[in-house]
Amino acid sequence: MTNMTAVITQEDQALFVRTKRKQRYKQFIKGILFLLPSIALFSVFLFYPLLRTIYLSFFLTDASGATTVFVGWDNFVTLFQSTIFQQSIKSTFLFVLYTVPLTIVISLFLAIIANEKLKGIGFFRTIFSSTMGISVAAASVFWLYLFHPTIGFLNIIMDTFGLEKVGWLTDPSWALIAVAVTTIWMNIGFTFLILLGGLQSIDKYLYESADVDGAGYFYKLRRITIPMLSPTLFFVVTVTIINAFQTFGQVDILTQGGPQNATNLMVYSIYREAFTNYQFGSASAQAIILFIIILLMTIIQFKLGERKVHYQ
Amino acid sequence: MSYIELKDITKSYHAGNNILEQINLTIEKGEFFVLVGPSGSGKSTLLRMIAGLEDITDGVLKMNEKVVNHLQPKDRNLSMVFQNYALYPHLSVEQNILFGLKAKKVSKAEQQKRLKETAEMMGLSELLDRKPRQLSGGQRQRVALARSVVSEAPLCLMDEPLSNLDAKLRAQMRVEIRRLQKQLGLTLIYVTHDQVEAMTMGDRIMVLNDGEIQQVGKPITLYNEPANLFVASFIGSPKMNMGKTEIKDVSNFLVNKTLSFSADVRMQKAFQVHKNIIAGIRPEHIQPAIHQEATHSLEVIHVEQLGNETSLALDVGGELWTAKWPGQWDITAGNQLEVYISTEHLSFFDAQTEALIRPASFSGHGEVQAI
Amino acid sequence: MRIPFGRKIVTYLLLIAAAFLVFTPTMMAVVMSFMTNQDIMTGSLPSAFSLDNYRRAFEQFPLLHYVINSFLVSIAIMIGQLILASLAAYAFVFLEFKGRDFLFYLFIATMMVPFEASIIPNFHTIRDLGWIDQYTGLTIPFFAMAFGTFLLRQNFKQIPKELREASQIAGMGDVKFYLKVVLPVAKTSLITLGVYGFLTSWNMYLWPLLATTNDNVRTVQIGLRQLQSQEQMNDWGVIMAGAVIVIIPTLILLFLGQKKLQRGLTEGALK
Repeated sequence: MTNMTAVITQEDQALFVRTKRKQRYKQFIKGILFLLPSIALFSVFLFYPLLRTIYLSFFLTDASGATTVFVGWDNFVTLFQSTIFQQSIKSTFLFVLYTVPLTIVISLFLAIIANEKLKGIGFFRTIFSSTMGISVAAASVFWLYLFHPTIGFLNIIMDTFGLEKVGWLTDPSWALIAVAVTTIWMNIGFTFLILLGGLQSIDKYLYESADVDGAGYFYKLRRITIPMLSPTLFFVVTVTIINAFQTFGQVDILTQGGPQNATNLMVYSIYREAFTNYQFGSASAQAIILFIIILLMTIIQFKLGERKVHYQ
Repeated sequence: MSYIELKDITKSYHAGNNILEQINLTIEKGEFFVLVGPSGSGKSTLLRMIAGLEDITDGVLKMNEKVVNHLQPKDRNLSMVFQNYALYPHLSVEQNILFGLKAKKVSKAEQQKRLKETAEMMGLSELLDRKPRQLSGGQRQRVALARSVVSEAPLCLMDEPLSNLDAKLRAQMRVEIRRLQKQLGLTLIYVTHDQVEAMTMGDRIMVLNDGEIQQVGKPITLYNEPANLFVASFIGSPKMNMGKTEIKDVSNFLVNKTLSFSADVRMQKAFQVHKNIIAGIRPEHIQPAIHQEATHSLEVIHVEQLGNETSLALDVGGELWTAKWPGQWDITAGNQLEVYISTEHLSFFDAQTEALIRPASFSGHGEVQAI
Repeated sequence: MRIPFGRKIVTYLLLIAAAFLVFTPTMMAVVMSFMTNQDIMTGSLPSAFSLDNYRRAFEQFPLLHYVINSFLVSIAIMIGQLILASLAAYAFVFLEFKGRDFLFYLFIATMMVPFEASIIPNFHTIRDLGWIDQYTGLTIPFFAMAFGTFLLRQNFKQIPKELREASQIAGMGDVKFYLKVVLPVAKTSLITLGVYGFLTSWNMYLWPLLATTNDNVRTVQIGLRQLQSQEQMNDWGVIMAGAVIVIIPTLILLFLGQKKLQRGLTEGALK
């Protein structure tokens, strides 16, 4: 190390700084270019419309959607005083209450029995996940028939057992339940698939060691399966709740919000207000309320979830 | 002719927290240079700075007399072999080898020529159509090497290239890499945490710890004259035995309060300068008292028969020291053992600064034998 | 572990009963689509096998046209999502630049916004662009996708950084590395995401309902709604035939890709 000739000159130093800055700038441009398509589309079809919705919610509009009169919070005030909207909120929460727990319980049951290593289990798994491939429109049409007052399968069964026929979609006390049943059926496929994935990722050694300790089937279910599955369950619950709030297609085909607004769920209400009544201001106010509810749900889920969920 | 020069090279990710501190180093053309140190010592970071994969925080890096601090990896004319080989899983062996040439737009004819030569040299001619996952660990390693060879870059960097292989294969690949480097006249910078690899492969070794150079030198120099306690304990396996040393009286000193040695004039002087001294001795220098008269008697704690040698764990003032005797010895644990330890084989270090005071001298017991 | 015989029987019984319940609505629809209208109306068991319903569904409605539209729209969305999501995921994994973390949080934030909250201005945007009854209006709003970006990001992160470094030493730029290494290596998750994108696009309902006013680009889901609401005389056989046509492509895709989809979605969702 005697002839150490490397000496840093001012010129070198300046060159380093310049190239480093240039590289950093190039990296930045490159990063932005890779993200640009997504950012641009998010801006146009997500961020801008969200702000625009907030803006619109403070105005009255004409039929083309142009703002006419600034009304401040009036749209919101009117909404909360309107019995139709109160009914819509109530129906929506009831609907969530009907669908979410049942979807989870049924799917979990299916996932547990389909997680056994038995011959032909693949067939059953395919059947259970099949409803994921069935669209809202098709599923609603299937159930439209099943609920049909005279030739529908359900009423035929009722008839055979000597029970009175039910106006599933025309009786206000049954319609929401009918839509909920359809929704649960549709949700089963996806929920089942995710839960089965969660079950399969649980370490087999846990069960083997429990077997060695002589634990019974239900003890293992309670002490290993459910706790280990909790992150997946947590995810599935969140997704199901959010989906329930966004229900539209079933209502549109089965009941069109009726009878007597019993199934006028929030998204359907927004749709009707905006695209049938052309009340874009009021519809926007509803959309904002929906947005806030979903946001709150997500936050509550995360706060609760963090504490209760057992992560591996 | 110096090929690579590092002048005051420093690396930090956060201000005031340097990963590497003022590294000064020159590497000659055609040299096999090994960077060795424990994990976290900064050796890989240094290598990646030379490659251009990490920014240089401060200092100058020169290659061929030219400052290259600001150059992109591709403009530094080097090749690199990674610990996990970095083979492209979706490409065949042939495509993997040619990957760099295609990126550099080398002509098709030249590509094929180089491929053929390299594949033959590395014994990969039969495997060119396979995908990486169809290869054994050793074969993958060879593909990674082939990729380096085919680039014909004069400088090759290797980052722990053998650590994913089993012991037998590793020994074999050590020889192969060494041969390849000589054959192609490559300048090779080789990073490892394994001191055996460092000792057996390097022309010169740099020992790095906590981002600072501990010692640079030939393998045998590092072994015989470790510059400090760290190098002394890091190089050599089993590691050097160490013990606290105190003066007993005018002409004697005690190691670990047990082993007594007579002190010559130089030692006496040393004790005047350095408050605390640590003595070190290599396991092979605790010898059987056969040709010489026994100097000490030690209790045997444990015996390991390795076939070609016998490894003994001995109690020295409550600490375990290791002795390594060539051949097979019938010794029982628990017995007292007569050994010969010469003062000449002791190295002395300052306990405070950890620096070497005096290396072991080998008069009359030639360690390096010239033939 | 061997499963005791008794439990095996119980499990099989449960499986069969559950499969029966889950599959009944679909099964009935399929059976009805091959029944004569008379059998359906009288509620009797099928007395004859007939393809008449399918023939009429295709003849009386532009069903084939709807199906083709749906294919075009779904494939366009699928490709658009794959391109945009993989580009974005690449930037989040392999590029380091100022503001990257901020942009990442921005992507996460998009998942909090339900599509319904922005649907009114979106409809106006499409209308003002003249994209009503155009393929562009049905597809482009769905190209950017946070979920897909996360799923691919998760997958790209498994690609060793050394691959990028080796290519840097070889002198390969980011675009080439993305095309020649990242996309081929991540093929499996691209397929998973593609299948998912196709499924959801094919089944999309609310947006096509708004963005189409005539049969020009109308998708099969809205076609089915049309068929159902126009069918005044309760011709259930034809309706069911239409519904079966609607679900066939997605069911096939689902059965083929069930395992991959399950793994891919769980990974993307839980990490």
